[in-house]
Amino acid sequence: MAVTGPLAIDVEDMGFRYPGNPEVSFSKLNLKVAKGERFGLFGPNGAGKTTLISLMTGLLTADNGHIKLLGQDVGKQNNAVNKLFGFVPQDFSFYQELSPVENLQFFGAWSGLDKKTIKTRTDELLGILGLDDVRNKQVGKFSGGMKRRVNLAIGVIHKPSILFLDEPTVGVDVQTRLAIIDYLKNLNKNGTTLIYTSHQLSEAEGLCEQVALIDDGKIIAQDSLGKLLKDHKQDSLEQMFLNLTGKDLRNDV
Amino acid sequence: MFKLKSTIIKDLRILLRDKVGISLMFVMPIILVVVVTSIQNSTFQLVNKNRLPIIINNNDTGQASKQLIAAINKIGMFKVSQVSGDQSEKQMTEAMHQKDATLGVIIPANFSVKVSAKSKSIAGKALKSFGLEGDSVKHEAGDIDPLTVYYNPILQESIRMSVQGAIRSALQLVESRETLRSLYFSINEKQLPASLENEMLNNKTAINEIPVSKDGTRTTPNATQHNVPAWTIFAMFFIIMSLGGSVVREKVSGSFIRLKTLPTNYMVGLLSKQIVYLFVTMLQAAVIFSIGIWLFPFFGLPALNLPADILALVIVTLVCGWCAVSYAICVGVFADTQEQANGFGAVSIVILACVGGLMVPSFAMQGFFKSAADISPMHWCLQAYYTLFLEGGKLKDVINNIIPLFIITLVFQFVTFIGLKRKNLI
Repeated sequence: MAVTGPLAIDVEDMGFRYPGNPEVSFSKLNLKVAKGERFGLFGPNGAGKTTLISLMTGLLTADNGHIKLLGQDVGKQNNAVNKLFGFVPQDFSFYQELSPVENLQFFGAWSGLDKKTIKTRTDELLGILGLDDVRNKQVGKFSGGMKRRVNLAIGVIHKPSILFLDEPTVGVDVQTRLAIIDYLKNLNKNGTTLIYTSHQLSEAEGLCEQVALIDDGKIIAQDSLGKLLKDHKQDSLEQMFLNLTGKDLRNDV
Repeated sequence: MFKLKSTIIKDLRILLRDKVGISLMFVMPIILVVVVTSIQNSTFQLVNKNRLPIIINNNDTGQASKQLIAAINKIGMFKVSQVSGDQSEKQMTEAMHQKDATLGVIIPANFSVKVSAKSKSIAGKALKSFGLEGDSVKHEAGDIDPLTVYYNPILQESIRMSVQGAIRSALQLVESRETLRSLYFSINEKQLPASLENEMLNNKTAINEIPVSKDGTRTTPNATQHNVPAWTIFAMFFIIMSLGGSVVREKVSGSFIRLKTLPTNYMVGLLSKQIVYLFVTMLQAAVIFSIGIWLFPFFGLPALNLPADILALVIVTLVCGWCAVSYAICVGVFADTQEQANGFGAVSIVILACVGGLMVPSFAMQGFFKSAADISPMHWCLQAYYTLFLEGGKLKDVINNIIPLFIITLVFQFVTFIGLKRKNLI
């Protein structure tokens, strides 16, 4: 599939193996994501989704090939690249002892924002994500859904050009899920490229325009969702997913 | 700078909300300082106030045993009570329990007779060596039956040795008196006058104890001056329980994953922790010293006297605190779990305290341990504090302690840096 327009992500001939592990995770992997896309990355457990996101965010370093975000090479502690993207990990990535405001103040500063911008963005995000009433309460006492929203707010405080989302809605109620999806769509409308992984395939159908299926460290299908469903003669992403990856249970060790 | 300031505020907020951590860093060391100083103060005052309870079972009917009991009483170290009758070991043990005594002495029957015989024999030998022939030379006395001393095993070796020395000196006095009397009687055929006996036996030479200080002052050291600085050092190193755990917690929590993807080096995070916890160590020292100065007198303990050179005290505390913080971060970086950090941290600081001379003075150590003291940062902190608190030293006098402490701190920092690199954390 040919990707047109400027690239948000360009992974070329990338190889990676975890140190001490004889098994190769990726070998000559290629993946291109156009700027401004809502891109879904799906695969069974152990397929390599989280490893690929870790490589794209610089948490891991590729053994060979290259990964570029908006034309800049991803590397360990590459501050210029790190400013370009936001990351919403699957685990709650904030300080449970602090309030949403205090978390945003700290992570905003580490994202390179000044005091005034942090305040403006904090007020804005807490309002949009329905956290205004609890802005000064300790996050550790929040429900799972509220914590997910705090997790998301921190990831977008610096208005990143690319946003990586690793299962951002896992374990939340329908209302929270819809609120998060709506917010992500709005963010995308304003130019942020979304890279999204989830096992909630019905949710992904409503969010993602472009889709890649990954299994055993290889991209086994990549195109617009409509075209993929048509090509594989399937009615839903879930059916296509099972068709391409099989029904065997996977262990992610 | 804004990033560092924000991180310091974050660390302070987390610290202030960690009630257990704060109590570990402040309340526990304060309790430790008060308890240890109180106990040590009792030992310091053993001779003057807190006399060791001792029971004496005198099976002898003569004068020598009475003189011995009087001499033991006169030492001033014991609170003497007597039990009568022929006591077996079991009965003696029971009597010690009943009277809450830590020591028991049995004076054997015929003690006076044997002391007298022995004295006459010695006096005879002495006369013979002077070229005189007295009656006593015909006596060839056997050995005096030994005194039996029972003691409670909780008595420390050092105190037991002091007790033995004291009883031996009382015994020596009794034997010398008898020998002197025999000698005098053999020559003059009359009793030794009491005034002469007193003059000959009573110790006339006083011992002046003078603490040698660098500033020429004559402040007598006490339990407070010894213990407050020592346990303040321990308290500062005790922050490993909070700081080591905090580093591990951050490392294994999801927040660290996010921190690694942000355009800020994690060194900023570690620098912030160093600043915050260095402030904590300074606060610990200030609180403990204040308690020593103002609160100790209310507990009946001597008040702490601060050194004359306050600048030197601040500098030593600062370097000592930085060393404690560096050590805690180093352990936190290498530990994989909070349990590892806390377990290793707690045991290691106790070992460092032992080796460093906080529990046993380093001058009393032998061989390997004497050399090992040099690598314990607590040893250098303690030497510096003792120089300031006990010897009236100034900054120039503690430079030789500060330099090794500074080097050890830099080693901790370097090892931390290597650990961060190896673990791909920076």
